[in-house]
Amino acid sequence: MWFRKDKIPRAPRDPKTTSSLGEGLFLKCEGCREALYLKEVERNFRVCPKCGFHFRLPAAERLRLLLGDAGGQPLFGDVRPTDPLKFKDSKRYRDRLKESEAKTGRPDAILTAKGTIEDVPAIVAILDYAFMGGSMGSVVGEVLTRAAEQALAERVPLVIVTASGGARMQEGILSLMQMGKVSAALARLGAARVPYVAVLTDPTTGGVTASFAMLGDVTLAEPKALIGFAGPRVIEQTIRQTLPEGFQRSEFLQEHGFVDIVVQRAEMRATVARVLRLLQTA
Amino acid sequence: MANEAQFEEPIQRVRRRLEELKSFADSPARDREVEKLEDKLQKVSREIYENLTPWQKTLVARHPNRPFTLDYVRILIRDFVEWHGDRSFADDPAIVAGFGFLGARAVAVIGHQKGRDTREKIRRNFGMPRPEGYRKALRVMKLAEKFGKPVLSFIDTPGAFPGLESEERGVAEAIARNLLEMSALRVPIVATVIGEGGSGGALGIGIGDVVLMLEHSVYSVISPEGCAAILWKDQARAKEAAEAMRLTAADCKALGVIDEVLPEPPGGAHADPVATIDTVGRAIDGRLERLVLLPVEALLEARYAKFRAMGAWESA
Repeated sequence: MWFRKDKIPRAPRDPKTTSSLGEGLFLKCEGCREALYLKEVERNFRVCPKCGFHFRLPAAERLRLLLGDAGGQPLFGDVRPTDPLKFKDSKRYRDRLKESEAKTGRPDAILTAKGTIEDVPAIVAILDYAFMGGSMGSVVGEVLTRAAEQALAERVPLVIVTASGGARMQEGILSLMQMGKVSAALARLGAARVPYVAVLTDPTTGGVTASFAMLGDVTLAEPKALIGFAGPRVIEQTIRQTLPEGFQRSEFLQEHGFVDIVVQRAEMRATVARVLRLLQTA
Repeated sequence: MANEAQFEEPIQRVRRRLEELKSFADSPARDREVEKLEDKLQKVSREIYENLTPWQKTLVARHPNRPFTLDYVRILIRDFVEWHGDRSFADDPAIVAGFGFLGARAVAVIGHQKGRDTREKIRRNFGMPRPEGYRKALRVMKLAEKFGKPVLSFIDTPGAFPGLESEERGVAEAIARNLLEMSALRVPIVATVIGEGGSGGALGIGIGDVVLMLEHSVYSVISPEGCAAILWKDQARAKEAAEAMRLTAADCKALGVIDEVLPEPPGGAHADPVATIDTVGRAIDGRLERLVLLPVEALLEARYAKFRAMGAWESA
């Protein structure tokens, strides 16, 4: 619902040759304000080597982080968006889709593959924040549903990594319904006792939080990720006061009982693999 | 409210004249005049209400005199007993839940509840539930499942409450849990959008075998004001946003999100609440009659297929 709530780091013009951390050799860490050598940060899966600040990780790098350099076998890349509402604000939705596809090389905000996390087979679906704020429209809903259905058919665990402003306004009520659609598919997966692990990254808000992000058998989150239902600005307008430090961050959610483990990015792959082994081994 | 319902002014003008006339002494001439004005009232109401814009429908859907969930309960549900509390934290007055009889059939009822006067509005938090509300609704739905009662859900909310404590107590988790549980609940569910279908806060009690929608109610992913604020950084452009979002009952039907549009009387549900409630009651009863005959597995399969098909995408 609330997408693009906070400042989005400038997106890469070409994901293959440039970096979402900005152009040039150095960048300033948003955590410790130190000047960092870009290459070093990239090698470190975009975690600040000085203070551990987690920059947002592009979807393709996330896939490599979890499935290794092979990246697994891509799934459902043929599912493409349409423009059911003929939606237009300052730009036509169709043009926004084209721009986002040119920018990310993907037809919509989701990247799915089947592979192994360490040695554990899994289907991994990753929301791509660079594509219209990772917003969930019909394609994201359909692909996640297919992923859950395939996981069920093959009895392979499902891992979803979230990074999203919520439901996509440009597809109106159809976007809202994706929450129900994906949740129904996860209900079936759960009833069949096939594990589903939710990995929450910065930011996860709106209709994505209020559906599959909160339905993991186990819920992991990266440090200090913004995770919430309403965006912080909306809440501030409601209560007419500033929000406390750390509100709606991963650690806050863990403290309030909605996240199992806050996991450093460097530990994510091993942690997901360990969780899946624990859930699956007889 | 005056500026919000400006389009209703011609109707109000006729209505005022009618009231005035009725206060005069009885006479055949007066009766003829009253009859004429009553015809005119119908005609003016029909003309205006047949041509409402999406934004005007949004205002009608939010009309303070529009029937709310408990108005439906009072007229449709015999021996209603309201249950309170989510057994974890509190009772949320923004959602009501309980059991009663629809005709001869015992049913569970859940629904958003708005208030009409200021005190009640505040008590009901303007129909914006906190997590406890969704958890209470789920508790009563599980009770319905346990005792084999169909569930009626009435949807009428601007959205879940966007406050600090909502986040602390996990309103997103509460809504998500309901989506998952409702998709697999082993009794029939008939959901009806009676006013505002505000986003996840509406869908949180909105999964059903059948979803009905009153003619001038709205259902949307975000409020027109919220949409305008994000897209144009200007809440005042809500009117345009309402146009773009396709949030009317007819739009929702065309998009395959609801099953049936229920007609409202000329002048909208608030012009004749009893007739509106009767229409809704008959529609729900007719749907339930068929749903209760289905074997549970067939019911669940159809419910899954219904939501599974929603959306617009292309695939090679």
